[in-house]
Amino acid sequence: MRAFAQLFLSLDETNKTNEKVRVLKDYFNSVPDSDKMHMLALFTGRRPKRQINATLLRNWAIEASNIPVWLFEESYQVVGDLAETISLLMQQTSSGSNKTLTEWIAEINALADKNEEQKKLWLMESWGMLDQQECFVFNKIMTGGFRVGVSKNLVIKALADVTGLEAPVLTHRIMGSWMPETYHFKQLVEAKGSDDDVSRPYPFFLAYPIQETSEQQRSVEELQNTLGDPGNWQAEWKWDGIRAQMIKRDGKIFIWSRGEDLATEKFPELHPFLNALPDGTVLDGEILSFRDGIPLPFNVLQTRIGRKNLSKKILQDSPLAVIAYDCLEYNGEDIRPKMQSERRKLLEELHSETPFPEFFRLSPLINFNSWDELAAKRDESRAMIAEGIMLKRKSATYQVGRRRGDWWKWKIDPLSVDAVMIYAQKGHGRRADLYTDYTFAVWDGDKLVPFAKAYSGLTDQEINKVDYFIKRNTIEKFGPVRTVKPELVFEIGFEGINRSTRHKSGVALRFPRILRWRQDKPKEEADSLDTLKALLGE
Amino acid sequence: MPNKPLLEFTDRGIYCEKGGFYIDPWKPVDYAVITHAHADHAYVGHKHYLAHHLSKQVLLYRLGEINLQTVEYGEKINKNGVEVSLYPAGHVIGSAQIRLEYKGKIWVVSGDYKVEDDGISTPFEPVKCHHFISECTFAMPVYQWKPQVNTFDEMNNWWRNNLDNGLATVIVGYSLGKAQRILQNLDLSNGKVYTHGAIENVNEALRNNGVKLNPTERIVYDTSKEDIRKGIVLAPPSAVGSAWMRRFAPYGFGYCSGWMAIRGAKRRRAADRGFVLSDHADWNGLISAIDATGCECVYLTHGYTATFSRYLSEIGFNAKEVYTLYGNEEEENTSASDLLNENDNRVLSAEGNDLEGTE
Repeated sequence: MRAFAQLFLSLDETNKTNEKVRVLKDYFNSVPDSDKMHMLALFTGRRPKRQINATLLRNWAIEASNIPVWLFEESYQVVGDLAETISLLMQQTSSGSNKTLTEWIAEINALADKNEEQKKLWLMESWGMLDQQECFVFNKIMTGGFRVGVSKNLVIKALADVTGLEAPVLTHRIMGSWMPETYHFKQLVEAKGSDDDVSRPYPFFLAYPIQETSEQQRSVEELQNTLGDPGNWQAEWKWDGIRAQMIKRDGKIFIWSRGEDLATEKFPELHPFLNALPDGTVLDGEILSFRDGIPLPFNVLQTRIGRKNLSKKILQDSPLAVIAYDCLEYNGEDIRPKMQSERRKLLEELHSETPFPEFFRLSPLINFNSWDELAAKRDESRAMIAEGIMLKRKSATYQVGRRRGDWWKWKIDPLSVDAVMIYAQKGHGRRADLYTDYTFAVWDGDKLVPFAKAYSGLTDQEINKVDYFIKRNTIEKFGPVRTVKPELVFEIGFEGINRSTRHKSGVALRFPRILRWRQDKPKEEADSLDTLKALLGE
Repeated sequence: MPNKPLLEFTDRGIYCEKGGFYIDPWKPVDYAVITHAHADHAYVGHKHYLAHHLSKQVLLYRLGEINLQTVEYGEKINKNGVEVSLYPAGHVIGSAQIRLEYKGKIWVVSGDYKVEDDGISTPFEPVKCHHFISECTFAMPVYQWKPQVNTFDEMNNWWRNNLDNGLATVIVGYSLGKAQRILQNLDLSNGKVYTHGAIENVNEALRNNGVKLNPTERIVYDTSKEDIRKGIVLAPPSAVGSAWMRRFAPYGFGYCSGWMAIRGAKRRRAADRGFVLSDHADWNGLISAIDATGCECVYLTHGYTATFSRYLSEIGFNAKEVYTLYGNEEEENTSASDLLNENDNRVLSAEGNDLEGTE
């Protein structure tokens, strides 16, 4: 555990990519193989099952730290992270634990058979055995909130350096639903991979935005300069659904989301068409809700994503289909190295044979002869229920991760309104103890109605200024939330807007964020609820 | 009618009407008793100043020609029948708690303080009193300092590592207090200590005051980069991200502050290493210091005043929040966000580049 805690700390302490890779390599070179696999599991979001719920953990931490409940809560507000708060409140006398990461995780998993009293005893003893940094990382694992300031790509790079294998190969081999207890380091690094896991997905190829921000529009000339001849490019609508990889192998079907969640059971409508595919087929596409052959806005799909049980009504209200746009495996062969245009042909072939064209749809290609023409098409995106346009180089292979060059997304500009900040709350992590989470309102007559929460979009400097304002202009405190004197106006951008019965304003926004601080605008000039409702397009 | 208390909290500072003086006032007054020479406690513009001997040269350097009287710890001054004396606060060199006695009632204004002996400031001395005015910069139970020897071991190891890897080493800490505390605890067998002008000016002032400090070399335009790489650089927070600092690249950069205890604050600073090193008392230090005074009432200023007064009241103290501008009121400056705001009460030193805060 000492090595793992040190790894976490060292990664925290540098922003330099090379340094991070060096730290990761040092870790791989110094710990037993089983620890390597546990580390990979944790760093790629495969956490051990949560054995002690947050409430119990919190209560026992309060007991162990011997402070009143309210003081614990205030400490949490200052630190902004439960695992860290607990680690700071424990009276640390230990100089660290000699148990390995593997041993600790085995102990955590063994809690499944223990009763509450035994769990408590174990937890208290464990806290006593760890130093502060170890205790923090341990709590992160216990609370399931394990996130680390290093991308999967860097972990793969370090692993590639250490093992001598290619990064894309390793990326592929750590996809899927493996467990660190049963997937061994030796298997992972075999020169020739064993295809023992029929469910294993391929790494997704992700597009780069062609314009960095919505403020910086790309002119047609710039597109011509960056992308060259339009004839080398294939254009499609950018669908606003759930990116998914669909697998049919050995008579079994699997649906993977972009976050590497196995979501097969969430989409029963898709099973018949997947079962009808030939074995050895992998498709890439977007899952959307449809009605009468027309895609529905994302919020319709959203209502069923979180559900455990899919009732008949839900299945009826938001029936699904896939808009497929790529084929990664054909006839059992990994065809990612083939060209985009060739893969498209195979995809079309599969589509032509499906008995379920209602569920297996094909992402249509947009015809265009010039960038001017495509720019005009892009303006129709909203009417198509699309987020913009995807551009794929016809000669592109299917690559690993987000890469510049061959896949670009050209999103439409966000909708926006000017709104007044009325509530604020402290942030977490890097923004702990700073007011960074705001609620915004628009005018309804002479009243301000809250309609959106947003976190991101301001610079550190602006955050400081807003934080300073909030601390001096608090009207009331409700727990962690402060009511703020309505004064500051911000331009709020969002991707879409829909009617909602759950919100006071009657609307729900998709991806609201702060576009800019309108220091030039007095609060009276903020937009009204009517302006928002006009955007509903009803 | 009850007697007026000996001290009042006014919009100019802590005021003793009876004695006719203020303690650490932030607006110009006739007579100011200064706890220590940090910018948010020692303002320019007063007619008379009273401070400890060891603050003399730094005050003169920072505030220019002022009318200053200095005293030794324990020395008694009579101001209009009020007996004024200074006791060590352990915060920085020359820092003092101000003890006032009038008609058998004793008041103590702590200024900023820490209870750990840092080996360079005269160690904090508990003073029995009826009324105690305490800071609470780090008055949250998540702030619990380790003994400084641990931190300096880490720091010296890190320096050695940088030397082995051919990196320069830059340590950032406030120019009065933190910088000298670090200087005295560096393992000089590793190499030489180079200083930013703002720090070296304070070092000079302290040396003129008779304080013995380890040898340092001021970094000037033509100081060799190669020599610097074989040593260590002490820099004030204002140097972070400056061209002055970038010229040492490649370097490892360590930040010394109590706020480094919290991961979020550390990440905002983007330091390679955050060393938890504070010149303020931690949670347990504050409670033990307040307890040791035996006071019947404790007044809490600058820091987590609301939280701390509630907690102290629950465990049986008579605690009140009071408003001052030191390090500023709750959360403005004494929260982790301080790291970004630095401080409102900053002064531009003669160096023109030394943004100084309370910590």
